[in-house]
This record gives sequence, C-alpha cells and structure tokens, in this order.
Amino acid sequence: MESTINPSKGIGLLTPDELETPPLSLGELTWRRFRRHKMAIFGGVTLILLILYSFGGMLFFTEADANRTETGARLQSPSLAHPFGTDTIGRDILARTIYGGQISMLIGMTAMLVEVIMGVLIGAAAGFFGGRLDSLLMRITEAIIVIPQIFLLLVMAKFFGGSLPNIHVLGRTLSGSVVVIILIIGLTSWPYLARIVRAQFLSLKENDFVLAARATGTPTFEIIFRHILPNSMAPIIVAATLGVANAITAEAYISFLGLGVRPPTATWGNMLEGAYNYIESAWWLWFFPGMLIALTVLSINFLGDGLRDALDPRSRSA
Amino acid sequence: MTRYIIRRLLQAIPLLFIISVVLFVMMQNMGDPLATMGGRTVTRSSERARLTRQLGLDKPIYVQYLYWLVGNDWTKIDLDGDGVPESAGRRQGILRGDFGTSLVNRGVPVVKVIGDRLVNTLLLMLTAELVIIVGALLIGIYSALHQYSVLDNAITAVTFFLYSLPVFFFALIVMYIFAVNFKRWGLPYLPTVGMFDPQVGKTPSQVAWHMVLPVATLSFGFFAAYSRYIRSAMLEALNQDYVRTAKAKGLPRPQIVYIHALKNAALPIVTVVALDLPFLLGGAVVTERIFAWPGTGRLFLDHVSRGDTPVVMGLLMMIAVAVILFQIIADVLYAWLDPRIRYK
Repeated sequence: MESTINPSKGIGLLTPDELETPPLSLGELTWRRFRRHKMAIFGGVTLILLILYSFGGMLFFTEADANRTETGARLQSPSLAHPFGTDTIGRDILARTIYGGQISMLIGMTAMLVEVIMGVLIGAAAGFFGGRLDSLLMRITEAIIVIPQIFLLLVMAKFFGGSLPNIHVLGRTLSGSVVVIILIIGLTSWPYLARIVRAQFLSLKENDFVLAARATGTPTFEIIFRHILPNSMAPIIVAATLGVANAITAEAYISFLGLGVRPPTATWGNMLEGAYNYIESAWWLWFFPGMLIALTVLSINFLGDGLRDALDPRSRSA
Repeated sequence: MTRYIIRRLLQAIPLLFIISVVLFVMMQNMGDPLATMGGRTVTRSSERARLTRQLGLDKPIYVQYLYWLVGNDWTKIDLDGDGVPESAGRRQGILRGDFGTSLVNRGVPVVKVIGDRLVNTLLLMLTAELVIIVGALLIGIYSALHQYSVLDNAITAVTFFLYSLPVFFFALIVMYIFAVNFKRWGLPYLPTVGMFDPQVGKTPSQVAWHMVLPVATLSFGFFAAYSRYIRSAMLEALNQDYVRTAKAKGLPRPQIVYIHALKNAALPIVTVVALDLPFLLGGAVVTERIFAWPGTGRLFLDHVSRGDTPVVMGLLMMIAVAVILFQIIADVLYAWLDPRIRYK
C-alpha cells in the first residue's frame, strides 16, 4: 500500500501513446519488485550455490566415497584429505554433506509437493462447495493442527517406519524411509495451506467472473482450476516456498531424534544424530551439516519473503 | 456470546474423537511395551502371555480403545487365562478422568507420570515465554519508533537469521561456546545437562543456572516472529487518528506511545500469545532432548518409542484439549478487549 507516485518530471506530461516503452507485463512487474528485495536476491543466489554444491559435488565424489567407512580414520579433525573431517566410523563428512544435501533437498521439494497438492485440493473443495463438506474437511484440518507437528511426525515416523525395502532412483539406492519421511511431512503440514486456500476461495467465488463463468455453462472443475485457482496463486507460491524450508527442518528434527532416514543414506539431518554426544571433542561432526541446513532454510525464507512482497504487494506488512 | 462458546465446545467433541481414534490406532505399532517394562526384560513366554492379558493388550484394538475411552468396570475381564472372564474391570476410562496407568513405569498412574514432568516443562516454557514477550516487546516497540533506521534494519536481519536457524543447531552452537569453550578458557561456564548438579542438589539457584541455555534456545527463534508482529501492530496504531489527536493535545511522547498506541497494539498480540500458550504443555522435544531437561517433551520421546499408549495418549489429548480451549479463550478475550467484535 505504499506505492509512491513520484514520476520524474518529463513522464508525467506525456500521454500513454507517446511513451516509448510499452507497459510492463505482470511478470516484469513482479520481477522488478522482487529485484528490489536485496535479501531475496541474496537468498536466491545462495540457494543456487547450495544446489550446485549438492549436485555438482557428484562430479568429485562418488556415493561410495560418502558411505565408505575407514575405522582407522575415526573422528579426524578437518585436514587436507578430509576438509570437513571424518565421522564416528571414519566416513568423509564433505562427501556425506554433498549426498546428504541431495536427499535433504529432495525431501524438501517432494514433501512440499505433497503438502501443496493436499492443501490446494482440500482447501479448494472446502471453500468452493461449503456446507457439510466444508465443516467435515475443516474438522480434519483442525484435528491435525491441534497436535504440535513434531509429535505427529514422531508418532507417524514410528508407525510407518518399519523395515522398508530400498528403492532405486536415478542410479542411487535410497533407504525406503526416505519415502516415509516425505509422506509424513507432507501429510502433517498441509492444514495451514488448506486454510489459506479456503479463505481465498471463499472470497473469490463471490466475484462476478465466477458468476459469468457459471452463466456460460463452464463445468465446476474448470471454474475451480482455471478461474479461481490462478487468482489465488500468490499466497500458494509463497506458502510452498516456505514449505520447502519447513520440510527440510522437519526432516532434520526427526532424524536428529533418531527416527528419520535410516543409514547408510545420508541426509543433513541424520548426520547430526548423536553428534551432540561429541560436542566437546568433535565440533565438525555437527557444524557442517548444521550450517548447511541453516543456510538453506535462511535463503529459502528470504526468497519466500521476497516473493510475498513481489507477488502480492497488498500483503506487505508495514 | 454464551451460545458461541457452547457451539465451539460442541464442535470440539467430534474433533477430539477423530484425533483420539487416529492416534490410538497409530500407537499400536510402536514397539513392544513389555520388552522394557519396569526396567526388566520379560523372557519367558508364559510370563509374556500373562502380562499381555493383564494389561489387556491381547484384546482387539477397538476393544482396547473402548476400554481406554469409557473404562472396563462395566464388564468382566479374563485375568487367569482360562478363557472365562471372571474378574471385574477396574478402569474407568478417560471420559471419567481415568487416564490409566503407564505400561513402562508399571502401575504408576498416567496423571502422576505426566504431572511430575509437567512441572519441569512449565517452569522452563513459561520462563522462555516471558523472555520472549519482554524481549519482543522491547525490540518491536523500538523498531516501530525508529522505522527503517540502521538499527531497525539490523534487528530485522538478525532476528530473521535467528528465526531460520534450526533449534538444535542454535543449541549446539551455544553449548559449544558457553559450555565447552568457556570451560576450556577457564571462564565460568554454563551447565548443559539436566536440571541441577546432583552433588549440589535441587536448589533454586542451581535450577536457574541450568535453565539459561535451554531458555535461550527456546526463545531466540520466537523473537523474530513476535517482534515483527509487535512492530507492525505498533506502526498501525501509531498511524491512527487517536494518536494524532493525542499528539495535537500536546501529551508527552511516552504517554502517547505506551498508553495510546501500545494498549491498542496489544490487542492482536494478546491473541497470538493466548494461541501459543497451550503448545508450551508439550514442552520442546528437541530442546529437552539436547539439554536432558526432564520435561514432557522427553517423556513423550521416551514413552513413544516403547509403545506406552496410555502415557502418550494422555499427553497428546491433554495438549489437544488445551489447544482447543485456548482457541476459544483467545476469541473470547479478543471480543472482550475489542468491543467492536461480535460473534454470532
């Protein structure tokens, strides 16, 4: 609400036809607002670097490097051979942060997808159809919200986390617990998004363009997904961005507590498991994976903040 | 208003029912409560069968849920294993306030198991909440009064950075600096484990000293959210007509800021605090684990892995009820503080 109308001298006098540049498109306007947000740019760049680190690192280390144990080289402090040191069974921490980063980011992205799909479908159904369906869906949403997420995650991780077969994706072998973690994070984080989407639908469905679409006989499915949903994309995109950060943190919490992704698959979270037992002797055990999680979450949060300002200038807080 | 409250309370009943069924079903796959019961291992299979029967774990899950919900004193149960139910049940069920007894700490009522830990958790969490509110008020008011100043921007950046740090990482860093390195450098260092030094005993000063790091860990992340909230609420209030009127009347600045603006800005803040309070009951799972604080978060962690259904269910249902109640309280409080709001 603070768009200052302050045209430089000449432009104010010209009529639109005389302006040399054509008006900016929505995308260009968004990009302009986003660019002004320096921290968001910083976040975006850092995030790209982190992605390069996790995926580019594959060129220098193989997954076997990340999982090879050298019991003779346990708990070595950072050195030339092992720039980030070695862990309790002699694995190279640098290589593990690279492969762990891939899994952490994979979990962040896919858990966000689960969250967005569920949140949008449930929020849209509740908001659009209203009535009994709305109250049923909202009761379920509240039921998930009233139990703190970490408790739900731990109960579900324990419930679904039996012995699972390994899965093979993109030439990598992952322990099946990765899928469980993705699903439970997605399943416990959609309610907030569903509430946002529902609120959007409640107000948007009263608009004239919806009435017009109805009058021309547009099927309900199309009204929901082609007329209303695109209009509520801004908060969904912002929530999805922040959802990635939340999912990465959530994975780290569960893994830190020992119920997350099972070894040998590394994630930034499970590298921290038990690391606090070595707080006095081996700081490199927890510092590097912890720092990478913090950096990732920080840059995603900055990015999300910038996106919020850029996509939806009205929501800008003071 | 009364009708509104009653309607909200009635809505909570199906909600709690859904939660309890889902959680109860999930708790059935949590590992073997008999394996670690009371610190001893039950090896003989006849012994196992007897204990399973006595604890009612041999019943189908819907019967177990029913007994948990309404008790089993209206029916007879089979204790001696001859297939004939002969003894009268003694459980009253959670609906009549009987949370049952812990499976892990054999025979100790759940209420006592949770109660013992709840005291520690509330001590930790309420202190942290107090630190958060006071700190966030100071930061938020300062930021609002000096909007876009260098310090305001610096505070925003720092709190945002802290907000993004995962709790365990912050905890490990402060432990490393204030406990490990301070000890190394011969400075007075902060303790990192437990509530008190067993050699000194549980004195208030010991407990306070042991609380420093956990409280810092718990509060740092919330400064960002709360202070941003207070900042924008204050900015909005400061732009209102009544503040301009107060200024025009020539009132002293502190009176304008703290009486006219802050009082009005406090409305939404009160609601936010009321909504966050019940979550304190659950403690902080990660923080309590790292600092070995004997609170409800750690209780949950220890008992969930051993499949102690009564304790875990008791704890989670207690949190759920508190969250729902505080949601209603927050709504009522808001309407009471701001008479413009009416509920139907």
